[in-house]
Amino acid sequence: MEKFTKITSIATPFPRANIDTDIIIPAQHLKSVKRTGFGAHAFESIRYNSDGSRVEGNVFDGDRYKGAHILIAGDNFGCGSSREHAPWAIGEMGYRCIIAPSFADIFAGNCIKNGILTVALPQADVDALVIAAEAGHAITVDLNTQTVACENALYRFDFNPTHKDMLIEGLDEIGQTLRSRGAISDFETKQKMMTPWLYR
Amino acid sequence: MPKTMPRTMYDKIWDFHLVEERGEGVGLIYIDRHLVHEVTSPQAFDGLRAAGRPIHRVDSIIAVPDHNVPTKDRDQKNPDDMSIAQLEALEANSKEYALDYIPMNDARQGIVHVIGPEQGFTQPGITMVCGDSHTSTHGAFGALAFGIGTSEVEHVLATQTLLLKKAKNMRVTVTGELPIGCSAKDVALAIIGVVGTAGGTGHVIEYAGPVIEALSMEGRMTLCNMSIEAGARAGLVAPDDKTFNYMKGRPYSPKAGQWEPALAHWKSLRSDDGAAFDKEITLNGGDIVPQVTWGTSPEDVVPVTGHVPAPDSFNELSKQEGAQKALDYMGLAAGQAITDIAVDRVFVGSCTNSRIEDMREAAAVIKGRKKADNVAEVLIVPGSGLVKLQAEEEGLDKLFIDAGFQWREPGCSMCLAMNPDKALPGEHVASTSNRNFVSRQGPGARTHLVSPAMAAAAAIAGHFVDVRDF
Ligand code: SF4
Repeated sequence: MEKFTKITSIATPFPRANIDTDIIIPAQHLKSVKRTGFGAHAFESIRYNSDGSRVEGNVFDGDRYKGAHILIAGDNFGCGSSREHAPWAIGEMGYRCIIAPSFADIFAGNCIKNGILTVALPQADVDALVIAAEAGHAITVDLNTQTVACENALYRFDFNPTHKDMLIEGLDEIGQTLRSRGAISDFETKQKMMTPWLYR
Repeated sequence: MPKTMPRTMYDKIWDFHLVEERGEGVGLIYIDRHLVHEVTSPQAFDGLRAAGRPIHRVDSIIAVPDHNVPTKDRDQKNPDDMSIAQLEALEANSKEYALDYIPMNDARQGIVHVIGPEQGFTQPGITMVCGDSHTSTHGAFGALAFGIGTSEVEHVLATQTLLLKKAKNMRVTVTGELPIGCSAKDVALAIIGVVGTAGGTGHVIEYAGPVIEALSMEGRMTLCNMSIEAGARAGLVAPDDKTFNYMKGRPYSPKAGQWEPALAHWKSLRSDDGAAFDKEITLNGGDIVPQVTWGTSPEDVVPVTGHVPAPDSFNELSKQEGAQKALDYMGLAAGQAITDIAVDRVFVGSCTNSRIEDMREAAAVIKGRKKADNVAEVLIVPGSGLVKLQAEEEGLDKLFIDAGFQWREPGCSMCLAMNPDKALPGEHVASTSNRNFVSRQGPGARTHLVSPAMAAAAAIAGHFVDVRDF
């Protein structure tokens, strides 16, 4: 997994509430058996008209926010399905960090697994960042200090320490967990005695 | 928290499965059961292979194709090459790792969340996962069941655990008695209408109260299924005699000799008296009316007797804008009566409403009548081959076919429109599924979420009607 410590970049403002995973990546594009190839279809209904032509002035295409690694999103971002194709698609678009008032639980978990930082800030702070993003100001997100800096403003955010370590060190979570092999097998020995019907 | 404090059902299942505490409310949690389907698993198996890791416990897994299987002409070649690739990958991975695999042409094949309970694979008190957010369905049995992403699928395959942050406890109590003509789907939609799609975020919802106790197991599954639409990763209903009777004699249920201790364990799961909930919501079941969604989020819901709301009836600016966008997409006008919305297509199916009771509920509305001419297609898609067989034994298929409905093979079908079952752009769909998101049922499709009875009634009337006087 790619490490995340600190990035500075312009940001794409896309502050609509309740953006669901079907908007992020529609189901008809989930048929690949690979982890890549989803970026081109990300936010399809926002970026393309029904005849396949580009939606003029959409924030994801064009030069204005080109090269942005930060996405400023709306409340309850990523609600809906558990498809990890959603963060895969967003990652492929070049985003490493999403800032929003809140995130759906499963989506936020999936982001961490893919080295994408989700930063939850109060609505008013997100509103201020949207304005800054629209003005083309760079934003710095630092996971070490758990801060977002933009011009003269500094915002602190909460982040789960376990997940923070994972992101900062770019850990292979499975490899980490397998270090607890002993504890897992002790658990199974105990569980086999208490609820033996769960084993075949 | 010392174990002597009163605990909720969620607390108990969490404690029971805690392998290691990791601080800050994070725990390594043991996973008992894992359902695997074709769409979210291929990358996980690839990851395992690349790292040379085995599957930790093959006996914890059932694999079944459901999301993009065709629902007709299964004896002919699947027209979609990408779908073939996923179906073949699931079969090959199941073979390679010697998983319990239910192929497409097996009578037990169906939607993961329908077959788990049907096979007795879903049990009270267990932890259960699947790469699909509606895994919350299995909470109907008092199982802690939730959807996971593909990296987590791989993590569970390799380690039988997940690193989780403990959620908060929320209880939704539905008092009184549900009026005739209302079903579990109406309860689910009414709850989401009250708490909103983010109301349960970070929580596990326990459903309680007389209305929940009176629901059948099928009804409880419908309700828990939509917990995720209220933002909660999981829903729970305390297991009771209905649960235990349902469990008896199913293929994966505890066998003779293990049944009694299992029952004793299951009975100990209910939330203790005095257990603390972080959030409590109470609804009067007697006030619930058949529900219809008008917008593009499940919280955009009103009683069938109601009207499409005006955007300025919402307090917050962002809600007003959202409502206007939704109305534009749905092609509806503020103030329009719900019963004036014409329906172009009808779908009865999905893991929300494709069990035998749902089939019966839809069939009972027909009463010898036929689908309206303005309705292009009515798809009835049973949740599993076993549901299909049962319905056919009861003659329901004939009732559907006589009414001009289509009786299909089991799968997710038009719930997410990954297979050829889709609505056309601009069409209004009466659907028993769980998500009315933009383009969920096909690009430009306009989904209205309803109960099976309401969907069948709309198919006959050609527009939404109050099933209570139909
Ligand atoms: S029926 Fe729909 S919601 Fe249920 S598992 Fe299939 S795609 Fe997911």
